[in-house]
Amino acid sequence: MRLLIIEDDRESADYLVKAFREVGHIADLAGDGEEGLAMAESGDYDVLVVDRMLPKRDGLSLIGVLRDKGNRTPVLILSALGQVDDRIKGLRAGGDDYLPKPYSFAELLARVEVLSRRHGGPAEETTYKVGDLELDRLSHRVARGKDELTLQPREFRLLEYLMKHAGQVVTRTMLLENVWDYHFDPQTNVIDVHISRLRSKIDKGFERPLLHTIRGAGYMIRDGLR
Amino acid sequence: MTGFAKLIRTTAFRLTLVYLFLFALFAASLLAYFAWNTRRLITEQISTTVSAEISEITDIYTRRGLHGLVRTIENRALRPGANLYLVTTPTGQAIAGNVGSLAPGVIGSSGWSETFYRRLDDPRDENHRALVYVTQLESGFRLLIGRDLDERRRMFGIVAKAAQWSMLVVIVLGIGGGIFVARRVLHRIDAMTGTTRRIMAGDLSGRLPVGRSGDELDRLAENLNAMLERIEALMTGLKEVSDNIAHDLKTPLTRLRNRAEEALAKSRSEAEYRSALERTIEESDGLIRTFNALLMIARAESGQARGDMVDFDAADVAAGIHELYEPLAEEDGMTLQVKAVSAPLHGNRELISQALANLVENAIKYGKPAAVPLDTDAASTARDILIEARQDGAHVLLSVRDHGPGIPEGDRKHAIERFVRLEASRTLPGSGLGLSLASAVATLHGGELRLGDAHPGLTATLVLPVSADAGARLAAQTQDVPQKAA
Repeated sequence: MRLLIIEDDRESADYLVKAFREVGHIADLAGDGEEGLAMAESGDYDVLVVDRMLPKRDGLSLIGVLRDKGNRTPVLILSALGQVDDRIKGLRAGGDDYLPKPYSFAELLARVEVLSRRHGGPAEETTYKVGDLELDRLSHRVARGKDELTLQPREFRLLEYLMKHAGQVVTRTMLLENVWDYHFDPQTNVIDVHISRLRSKIDKGFERPLLHTIRGAGYMIRDGLR
Repeated sequence: MTGFAKLIRTTAFRLTLVYLFLFALFAASLLAYFAWNTRRLITEQISTTVSAEISEITDIYTRRGLHGLVRTIENRALRPGANLYLVTTPTGQAIAGNVGSLAPGVIGSSGWSETFYRRLDDPRDENHRALVYVTQLESGFRLLIGRDLDERRRMFGIVAKAAQWSMLVVIVLGIGGGIFVARRVLHRIDAMTGTTRRIMAGDLSGRLPVGRSGDELDRLAENLNAMLERIEALMTGLKEVSDNIAHDLKTPLTRLRNRAEEALAKSRSEAEYRSALERTIEESDGLIRTFNALLMIARAESGQARGDMVDFDAADVAAGIHELYEPLAEEDGMTLQVKAVSAPLHGNRELISQALANLVENAIKYGKPAAVPLDTDAASTARDILIEARQDGAHVLLSVRDHGPGIPEGDRKHAIERFVRLEASRTLPGSGLGLSLASAVATLHGGELRLGDAHPGLTATLVLPVSADAGARLAAQTQDVPQKAA
């Protein structure tokens, strides 16, 4: 995956470039808004990571110019302004995701990977399949092997989101945002409990677990053998 | 500025000057009216007297001829304080009377006129003014009778003098009174200024002096004192908050630092380093959460989150939060239930959801019954937590009720303050910001957070104003969307 990081703080920018390269992505760096805009227009990037406050041209206006010119590259906005309405402002300006500073790299990585997949991946399918677990989005049926599973509506949506991003790490905040549509930060492990309920339904009694906990990051659904 | 300059710049003094001017104008016009009327009266009196004498003398002339006339005139002219008399021949030769000289032409024209004259017997040889009447007798002789106008002049002089004195008195009293009033006001204002200076210098306990008269300055001072009271309370609160922030952020920072130091000094294996670093990240995540919560509260309190207000149903919020927290409660051995009746709200849905989530988290954390009753029925209800959404008159109530130890009435107000963690909860993890945020959110929406007794347990209620418009709009929306078949 090719990434462009537009960030004026040299130290955190270098850290990001290095961290993305370590997990096998190609990351370029732009130090201000004008340079970032030029690079984003010429280069063929999968995802742009844009700081909101940049010298020469601020992040939101950069995104606006790109979108006006028909550039649809997914953009993740990084901002020290982490409040709900700032997030909404960022998304309205054309951003695809919003992450308040300070963030964990695991969270950023998970979100960037989901964004790049959304951009290049196939159109939304009606059925998802991971190992012998199948989810039919139209009939709302879930089955593992020959067993039909009964899920609560919210459990269904949770599994649907996980399976849509099968093989990718999804973090707890991503789940809270996308499955529940809450953007606040619960002080308790409320998501973990939902996951463990879901896990008891889809993995319990089966030899091979599909729903994995990724330490320090979140969860991932995948066929363990692959 | 000198004391005097300050004095004459006061409002009281300026007002005094304005009144002084108006009063002087009034006095002057009164005196002028008086003087003019007096003059008219005197003139009238003189002319009446003179007319009467004219007809009397004309009568004497008719009856006794020129000789009788001259004798009568000579007689009357010699009396003390006599009128003016003059009889002349048709050619203008004086033959009797006490007038020495006249302004030219007066004797030739009949009727009333004012003129200068000189008396025959006047030793000082001065000119006087007189009002005279001239008439022609049958034989062509001319008769003049008149009266000196000195009386009128003296009268005028008295009035002028009175005007002078009254003006002087008015001005002296006015300025004196003005200075007196201005000094009194200035004295009180100076006292106020002194106090405010002390307060500005940092002594917030200072209060303005309030007199007993209850006048406008006293009312002003009372209001200012009330304002100072509020400011002092806010400042004390602010100081407490910053002390608490310092404490609650420094404690985890110190822990963070100590762990890093310890790991550096003692860790041998990679696993030990790893776990030390993981704990460090956990600790900093906690710090970030605390910061975010503080910022959120600050934004809610300052009203910045007023954008993004939408119409929604409180029942949906209650159901959503119930759905999110029900598994967590169950894992903790509690039962989370919801009882929601549709109640329209207009506000920031996200913030209200978060406020309710905080209340539920508190109930799960602190709402466990202190002692489980032996009776099994009671034991099972004691672990119930109920989320309720309903409308009560003009308010939408979103409440969370638990059966835990509750909060003693005296502590409830305190519990809402930032970073306050009551004794009973100190040992459990938490930031002490949950209730503060819920309260700030309620305040932002024009409502409040109420803590009550659930006998036993705590009922925390977000009391929010109902939005009738939102209700109508929500109803319109649901009509547009065809209902799903059951």
